[in-house]
Amino acid sequence: MADYSIDTQGLLCPMPVIRAQDKVEELQAGDRLEVLSSDPGALNDIPAWCRINGHTVLEKSQEGRAVRILIEVGSE
Amino acid sequence: MSEQRKAAVLVSGGLDSMLAVRVLQEQGIHVEGINFYTGFCVEGHTHAIRKKDQKKDKRNNALWVAEQLGIKLHIVDIVEEYKEVLINPKHGYGANMNPCLDCKIFMVKKAVEWAKKREFDFIATGEVVGQRPMSQRKDTMPVVSNESGADDLLLRPLCAKNLPPTRPEREGWVDRETLYDFSGRTRKPQMALAKQFGFEDYATPAGGCCFLTDESYSVKLVDLWKSRGSRDYEMDDIMLLKVGRHLRPRENFKMIISREEGENNFLMGYKNRYITLRTTDHPGPLVMIDGEASEEDLALAGRILARFGKGKSAEEVTVEIAKPKQEPYEIKVAPMPASQVEKSWYI
Repeated sequence: MADYSIDTQGLLCPMPVIRAQDKVEELQAGDRLEVLSSDPGALNDIPAWCRINGHTVLEKSQEGRAVRILIEVGSE
Repeated sequence: MSEQRKAAVLVSGGLDSMLAVRVLQEQGIHVEGINFYTGFCVEGHTHAIRKKDQKKDKRNNALWVAEQLGIKLHIVDIVEEYKEVLINPKHGYGANMNPCLDCKIFMVKKAVEWAKKREFDFIATGEVVGQRPMSQRKDTMPVVSNESGADDLLLRPLCAKNLPPTRPEREGWVDRETLYDFSGRTRKPQMALAKQFGFEDYATPAGGCCFLTDESYSVKLVDLWKSRGSRDYEMDDIMLLKVGRHLRPRENFKMIISREEGENNFLMGYKNRYITLRTTDHPGPLVMIDGEASEEDLALAGRILARFGKGKSAEEVTVEIAKPKQEPYEIKVAPMPASQVEKSWYI
């Protein structure tokens, strides 16, 4: 279950990453953020952004062009 | 032990900034990357739009570089603020609509603001004297330092020895002797240094990542401004200039003709805001109309559209016209012969 959710559908990368990044800045370690996107590129870019910034991808899925990624905010 | 200094480095995803980061890391500096998104970046969008490109590696190079280097990367959305840079560049444009010098000044200025807020000690870039014809020249590099407000807190590790010592060098935060003296357009020193650091895979060097350095894109942007009588733009305009063939058969409207399925799908996303046309009895592209088009104009657009579809040799084809929030309707048109499609219509 996500604590927070952002809908970035209609935006192309890197905008979904930027929106996720800006939302994560407001959150606390351990919070879960769901990111919805219509750009399959987000399946690569958001996990890459999470890896380098110390967050964890808990789930990622794609149905057609609809992408969903669930992130757990790291402690750094 | 002396305090570990912190540098914010402008990371584009290209080789030069990648090297600049590693050079600083070798000196024990804590580095974090900043990447600016103007909306004109070539990466990503075209991959996302064109079906044939979707099979390619879709990595975002700036994120990839950051991961290789083990640094954090902060991507900053400057789409809105960048409009002023592009529309009124104090230092003018380069060969196309690229305001490279103003762009660099703006990005360094934003990096300074970012770094101050987070108590970073200095800014660094992968710039090399003489590498780029506008923003990376011996006479324009001090302009970037001065007008951005970075002054002597802007370090260019790859060509530092060709420039006056900056504060990070004078204070001993970095050792000037281990920095580099690269200059000119040659890429050989960068490639040699990449090899030395063990970088085998890196993106095509700087300059090619911005649509504004592209002639055909710049021509389309200028056409857009001229047709609207204003030099403003929205994010959707930037995106649509990247898609399809653009033809302006009349001053009051232009046609965006998709070239493949991915572009078709992308343009369909705008059907609630723009008039779209497609042939219903023959396979063919989707056309989006930008501007004010009369019924006569739409019939002309239908004839041109038919020219680009499988029905181009038919006597007559059926064109569906879909206006936003209205029921679509059909018209019959004769495909326009190739000889009548004027070259001057192509933007």
